[in-house]
Amino acid sequence: MKPEILSYPEFSKKLAGRHLAALMGLPGRSGSVLMVAVTTPGAPSAGEEAGACPPGGLQLPATVVEGTFPSLTLEHPQAHGFEREFFEEWKVRPEGHPWLKPVRFPQGQPGLTDFFKVSGEEIHEVAVGPVHAGVIEPGHFRFQCRGEEVLHLEISLGYQHRGVEKALPGASPARSMAYVETLAGDTSVGHALAWCRNLEALAGIRVSARAEALRAVALELERLANHCGDLGALAGDVGYLPTASFCGRLRGDLLNLTGLACGNRFGRGWIRPGGVAWDLEPVRAEQIRTRLAGIMRDVRQALDLLGRSGSVQARFERTGILTREAALELGLVGPVARASGVALDCRRQFPWGPYLDPAFPVCTGLLGDVACRARVRIDEMEVSAAFLDSLLAHLPEGPLRVGMRAMAPKAFSVSLVEGWRGQICHVAATDTQGHLLACKVVDPSFRNWFGLALALRGQQISDFPLCNKSFNLSYCGHDL
Amino acid sequence: MSMLLGLFLAPLLAGLIHRVKAFFAGRQGRPLLQLYWDLARLVRKHMVLSRTTTPVFLLGPALSLVSLLACLTLIPLGGPALLRFPGDILLFLGLLALVRFATVLAAMDTGSSFEGMGASREVAIGALAEPGIFLSLAVLVVQTRALSLSGIWARSGPELWSRAGLVMVLVGIAMFLLLLAENSRIPVDDPNTHLELTMIHEVMVLDHSGPALAVIEYASALKLWIGSLLLSSLVFPLHSGSAWLDLLGGVGVVFLVALAVGLVESTSARLSMLRVPQFVGLSSALSLLALFLVIR
Repeated sequence: MKPEILSYPEFSKKLAGRHLAALMGLPGRSGSVLMVAVTTPGAPSAGEEAGACPPGGLQLPATVVEGTFPSLTLEHPQAHGFEREFFEEWKVRPEGHPWLKPVRFPQGQPGLTDFFKVSGEEIHEVAVGPVHAGVIEPGHFRFQCRGEEVLHLEISLGYQHRGVEKALPGASPARSMAYVETLAGDTSVGHALAWCRNLEALAGIRVSARAEALRAVALELERLANHCGDLGALAGDVGYLPTASFCGRLRGDLLNLTGLACGNRFGRGWIRPGGVAWDLEPVRAEQIRTRLAGIMRDVRQALDLLGRSGSVQARFERTGILTREAALELGLVGPVARASGVALDCRRQFPWGPYLDPAFPVCTGLLGDVACRARVRIDEMEVSAAFLDSLLAHLPEGPLRVGMRAMAPKAFSVSLVEGWRGQICHVAATDTQGHLLACKVVDPSFRNWFGLALALRGQQISDFPLCNKSFNLSYCGHDL
Repeated sequence: MSMLLGLFLAPLLAGLIHRVKAFFAGRQGRPLLQLYWDLARLVRKHMVLSRTTTPVFLLGPALSLVSLLACLTLIPLGGPALLRFPGDILLFLGLLALVRFATVLAAMDTGSSFEGMGASREVAIGALAEPGIFLSLAVLVVQTRALSLSGIWARSGPELWSRAGLVMVLVGIAMFLLLLAENSRIPVDDPNTHLELTMIHEVMVLDHSGPALAVIEYASALKLWIGSLLLSSLVFPLHSGSAWLDLLGGVGVVFLVALAVGLVESTSARLSMLRVPQFVGLSSALSLLALFLVIR
């Protein structure tokens, strides 16, 4: 598929009502920049079943910009982050952007910037980070509070910026796999998969049904482990020990299943261009299947405790509400968006291999509070476990890996994968010789951080850690 | 004797609570004596002092420790207290308030927004908890017609329980809730969290280190000991005739209280900050109810 070059007004019109998966720049003629948008169909309306959206429907509108262009954000708020990023990278100014701040601070010091300020007698400002208590990544949070109530939260990241997007096109195949598998350490499989599917599309090869099935196993195991860890951490944040410790252990057990399959607990080295590097012979497939069933039994017990504890539910319910409207306007993705009732899931929208099931369940919530985000994770764990159980019992036959071919020249490829955190979008374009010209990586965290800021308005500042955990976003996935 | 016992055994309570929590979480847990080792380690360390702090910063921990030591001389255990006089209850409560005042002042002295937030929460909860303490002690005063802690201890006990069981149950519950609130335990505060924005007590001592932190840790242990002792000596005292048995029974009840704290922490989540006033207010309500029952 090739980007369709349009005039600016037409380009802007093309975005209406659609989900913006990525907005990127490509060098154009004589200093101009080709702005390419990757859009997917918007969410089915509230209450409507996810199946209301037929699969597919990717569009690639593009337009040529130079110097300045009228900001898209005013009409399409979900473009706000992409435009800031675009401005930072290409120095083309989106005129009228409401809050044109640096995103990653490629030059200069992260965090040294203007912050939104609220003033008044009773207002106080709380600055948290970039160094936090506990072993987590760096990021700066600026709260404007009135007593315990948060009026506004501004999140400033960029401390983890490594320049991965720039380094990817020129890197050797082995090096680029190492880059994508550590883009966001907890989404190794998701990013590796998105990357490999792009390379395969550009080379015009198809991986075998067996490789596709094993990739789905890897992706779902990653989802299970992370959702389990998140639920445990949510319990830990409200000081509910039993579930916190059980889920912590069970997350390890789930990671061990991935370790059993490929030798690395995070699935690094399992997915490779052309297929997968490690097979699951029947004995090990069965072993994983039985161990998974045992783990899920324990998971259900631990989560049952969580669900039945009134003191926990009192903390989760009506905390950090993110409305469906806000989630749609900001183009949020993943369990966070689904918890607000946005029934979008790439496994359903852009299915492949074992996901080609028109009835693959999309788990959604209604209220968009912490309880819903926990619920969606619990439901998704059940779906993944059932999916894995039937998949592992009947792994299709086929070669593990097919040889890569040369990539097509002047080609453009988009790959959308539903990682455990949400939609992962990778875009790759080749030059006239068939070498990679540009890569674009959109981690779900890039979209969802702003959702967290919004969910915290009017909340108790003491509930921030809980809300934060219910989003559980990646800093380095955002900073790249 | 009973005072020495408190000085030596107080850090053990923290260890016991941790072991109970670890048991419920399916973990091995840290050694019972861990807090003793921690204190020994902290005392040997250097202290890091922020440039923005004044001597108040160090005075805070010292003042809390001294006040708590004074409290310890007033509270009976297995026998009358070292110091006793009519009205020593007021001195006791005043000293407890002084502990809070000193901690809050030291926290504000750092000028950090975190510590200020913690201090404001601590004061808010303290203001809500104080009526509860006054009322529950008032119930005991009216019941026993004694104006000193040792006097209450002497006249409370099984005989009082058979005469006014319901009142004692109410006071017991109220005092236990207050113990949780005053000692920053779940469901009011989470002593184990590393999340500054949710902390109350822990956030106020973030900037203390080395020996000053050791003093604070030890003072918290003493405060928990004193709180449990109130329950043990005033609500469940033993009068068996043998001073040794009384002492043993008193210490036993203290450890049972710690066990109960551990149980609460293992099985319930923390309250939202908005609900804490209701929780603390509940203890006042219970004591007020008990007071009505007594003077009706």
